[in-house]
Amino acid sequence: MSSLLKDPMVLREILLDHYEYPHNHKLTDNPAFREAHMASDSCIDDIRVQAKITDGIIEDVCFDGRACTISTASTSMMTDLVKGKSIADAKVIMDNYFAMIDGREYDEDLLEEAVALQGVSKQANRIRCATIGWRGLKQLIEESEAENDGK
Amino acid sequence: MLDVNKVRKDFPMLDGKTMSGHPLVYLDNSATTFKPYAVIDAINDFYHNYTSNIHRGEYELSQKADTAYDSVRKIVGDFINCDEKEVVFTAGATNGLNIIAYSYGLANLKAGDEILITLAEHASNVLPWFDVARRTGAVIRYIDLDEEGRLLPENLEKAMNDKVKIVAFAAVTNVLGYIADVKKLCRIAHEHGAITVVDAAQSAAHIPTDVRDWDCDFMAFSSHKMCGPSGVGVLYGKKALLDAMTPFTFGGGSNARFEKDGTVILKDTPEKFESGTPDMEGVIGLGAAVKYISRIGMENIVEHERQLRKYFMEKLASYDNVEVYNPHGDTGIIAFNVKDIFAQDAASYIGSQGIAVRSGNHCAKLLHNVIGVTETIRASFYFYNTFEDADRLLEALKTCTIENCIGIFF
Repeated sequence: MSSLLKDPMVLREILLDHYEYPHNHKLTDNPAFREAHMASDSCIDDIRVQAKITDGIIEDVCFDGRACTISTASTSMMTDLVKGKSIADAKVIMDNYFAMIDGREYDEDLLEEAVALQGVSKQANRIRCATIGWRGLKQLIEESEAENDGK
Repeated sequence: MLDVNKVRKDFPMLDGKTMSGHPLVYLDNSATTFKPYAVIDAINDFYHNYTSNIHRGEYELSQKADTAYDSVRKIVGDFINCDEKEVVFTAGATNGLNIIAYSYGLANLKAGDEILITLAEHASNVLPWFDVARRTGAVIRYIDLDEEGRLLPENLEKAMNDKVKIVAFAAVTNVLGYIADVKKLCRIAHEHGAITVVDAAQSAAHIPTDVRDWDCDFMAFSSHKMCGPSGVGVLYGKKALLDAMTPFTFGGGSNARFEKDGTVILKDTPEKFESGTPDMEGVIGLGAAVKYISRIGMENIVEHERQLRKYFMEKLASYDNVEVYNPHGDTGIIAFNVKDIFAQDAASYIGSQGIAVRSGNHCAKLLHNVIGVTETIRASFYFYNTFEDADRLLEALKTCTIENCIGIFF
């Protein structure tokens, strides 16, 4: 892993950058995308995560909505990490991300810039923020798998 | 005049506690309040010295519990100016408002009747009415608020018509902290034949309550927002209304006898509303809380909150990064945002400086229609807060930048 990703000043900048200029920050009407509306587990954040999953590959993923710095930045990072990946690879990344947020051991190399969020594990009240987009993705993957199982 | 430093010694939570490495400043009093020793000791006394179930035992312990529990009706009755038979113990303001909606509303509303509320109400004074309206075919309408979000009697007058059967509003609103002219509002509602429901959750601890002078038909408040324990509250209703109502829950303690053919003879008001073993220690703690804040004096509380707000707002005037949504509020509640920073981010930073404030919509999810924002930060002062507490918040607001809000995670 790049030593830059160990420097708190750099990590702060990365976090701020993902908040101020979030990646894949848009929504689409394209019916090939499935959508998770994440608005029911807190009364503050309200985001939509959309993904186009074809043949086990997350071809595209995007999001938008009202959210705090941590929700926005963590979801932005998630889209970067899983876009173009297979569901299997995305699940490994997801498991490591949730491990980091829960304060358990994780593989830094898999999470790239998302390691900027490791400090959230010490702020219990913000864990929902740091996972909202990821839980949206998880829901979309599960829906996609369930649909394919049925085929 | 209130001696705040002396008063603070009554509260174990104010004995020098720290939060996030800083001396604790607690400005979330609209969410819940700290408890004085007088309340904690009263509850402990029940646990340590006379635990037993009320109204059932022919022995001394139980009679002592009976006396302690029953005496709180008179204490509360004196505090809100009603007869003790009009004091129903509940699980809190939410429970009280639901009893009114389901025991009174469901039985008395019919299709086409109107229920008037406002966009500033807390969920607990909105959602029960939504449900009762759905079940009865009654219609919910909103009384216009003025541009600041205030409920004015003239706007109630405009909203009234002969179909309006219930007018429900907060005596003090929970985000903007405006004091309603309850007496005038009740008079207008009554002139048109409607009954009035006053949500006193945010008022009972902060302004004097006088249900006879107000002439409201129902009123509900919670104990935990007024230095008492959580899980208990009071429903007031005019005796004739309560007598005519069928309870919302049934069970032990509220009935005198019942037979296998379905005959039930309920106890009288207020006991008929209190099925099941009540929150005995809660009620006893509530009694201690009412006695405690009565000793502090409601007028002193009003004046102290007014001074704190004035001091805070004067100092805040020089800040260009803070937007206040209730600059002319009447109580210790200040609703604001730090410009360009999401409320939750700013509240987390403020929290990291040892200051407890709340962010979000504070359960008033219709208010964005009035103030134009869905999330705010709410700082709420109480009589045990000091000018230094206000200074600490001002200091934190000065340094509340997006960089610092993110900085708490590193």
